[in-house]
Amino acid sequence: MKTIYLDYAATCPVDKKVYEKMKPYFTEHFANESSMHTLGNKVKEDVEEARENILKKVNAKEHKLIFTSGGTESNNLAIKGIAYSYKEKGKHIITTKIEHDSVLNTVKFLEKEGYEIDYLNVDKEGFINLEELLKKIRKDTVLVSIMHGNNEIGTLQDIKKIGKICKEKGVFFHTDACQSFCKTEIDLSKENIDLLTINAHKIYGPKGVGGLIIKNKIKLNPLLHGGGHEYNLRSGTLNVPGIIGFSESIKVISKKDIENMTRVRDYIITNVLKEIKTANLLGPKEKRLCNNVSFLFDFIEGESVLLHLDLKNIQVSTGSACSSHTLETNHVVRAIGVLPKNSNGMVRITIGKETNLKDAETLIKELIPVIKKLTEMSPVR
Amino acid sequence: MENTKYSKEVLKHFKNPKNMGSLKNPDGVGKLGNPACGDVMKVEIKITKDIIKDIKFQTMGCAAAIATSSMITEIVKGKTIKEALKITNKDVAEKLGGLPPIKMHCSNLAADTLHKAIEDYLSKKNKKD
Repeated sequence: MKTIYLDYAATCPVDKKVYEKMKPYFTEHFANESSMHTLGNKVKEDVEEARENILKKVNAKEHKLIFTSGGTESNNLAIKGIAYSYKEKGKHIITTKIEHDSVLNTVKFLEKEGYEIDYLNVDKEGFINLEELLKKIRKDTVLVSIMHGNNEIGTLQDIKKIGKICKEKGVFFHTDACQSFCKTEIDLSKENIDLLTINAHKIYGPKGVGGLIIKNKIKLNPLLHGGGHEYNLRSGTLNVPGIIGFSESIKVISKKDIENMTRVRDYIITNVLKEIKTANLLGPKEKRLCNNVSFLFDFIEGESVLLHLDLKNIQVSTGSACSSHTLETNHVVRAIGVLPKNSNGMVRITIGKETNLKDAETLIKELIPVIKKLTEMSPVR
Repeated sequence: MENTKYSKEVLKHFKNPKNMGSLKNPDGVGKLGNPACGDVMKVEIKITKDIIKDIKFQTMGCAAAIATSSMITEIVKGKTIKEALKITNKDVAEKLGGLPPIKMHCSNLAADTLHKAIEDYLSKKNKKD
């Protein structure tokens, strides 16, 4: 039976072209880019070209890119880096209730160190209220961290307007764009983003490499001290094959792929809502990540849906209580106003450039009896 | 491909749960769980001469919750009330070849739910007597 992988927001396979491009950097071009000799110079040049490519992708002119180990590290570096570096200005940070754990747990860590955190509410589609943001910014606010595309429910925030507000108020704006990078346009010449988190493995690049793009004027405290790599902001020998792969991966998703993913996304949303009465769409219909579909099914638990589909070789994800490392109900689902008792039936379907309408049809065909079976089994109505 | 986060036995019961549904005029009904936690279980029993003649369950929950529900119905069918009351949640989990640690608390409530159904039967019986 063919496997239909629908968990691309978790991670993607490495694209063949990306893989081929990386290979020589494991063996032939293995040198340390810091080394003075010819071999080192060659690697150094290629790393710098990769850096330029990625900066160009987002039209970054007054920025630098720091290579990291991925989105989590970039978010940590952005938030702790600003918090420690600008603590004389203040210790107030604004974020939202629907951030990725690598943001939420980082600000919680800072909270214990005496920083004050405000968590913005979101509406039932997951959008923040710009008025509320404006009201929450204080004299001692040093950072606003708001994710671009939500990994669970797909909501795309208006980063242009958020950036504008932050600029007017003289506060740094950080956005976690791991899910949106290369799937929706980010243009740093038009959008005021001071710190931008990106990574490779959500765009058919390798795992273990990401980046933080920051405006040149920003002074960050590093997380890792050592040999002074990456503008003294991230010491440690560079992950050269990863960086080369990252640079190649930004070419993988084409405009046509985005159109196709959007079509498949909307097909799944429309047809599941039509065929399954207990299905509710999470997140908005418009202003949504092109590859994210997220449902909440009444009366049932998401993990059971996931496992039944898995038995049919279809891989999806869930935001439900029992699914991962904690037993708490999903914080994003709670933030958009779903009562905890109704919040367990979340199923996330994220599509890739390979996904076609036939896959979507198969998914829906298999999903209908699963939901029916589990609903019949449920004592909750 | 086999999912390795659960035992074979859990997946077997999850795939084809035994005794799922409800009974006509049950002698005892037990319901337990916490919707916020994601697991709710309901057990209905038919008792003749202190023996569990029939048992059905309905469960909202993960694979662990469904498998433990199915397993308990298999274990206690034909057993006396006294025997059934001795069975613990832990016994059920062991019969299933174990559960992931995080599931032991929330999703492993089948024996407790059965005991509730038996209590319900006994209290009704006492009222009649």
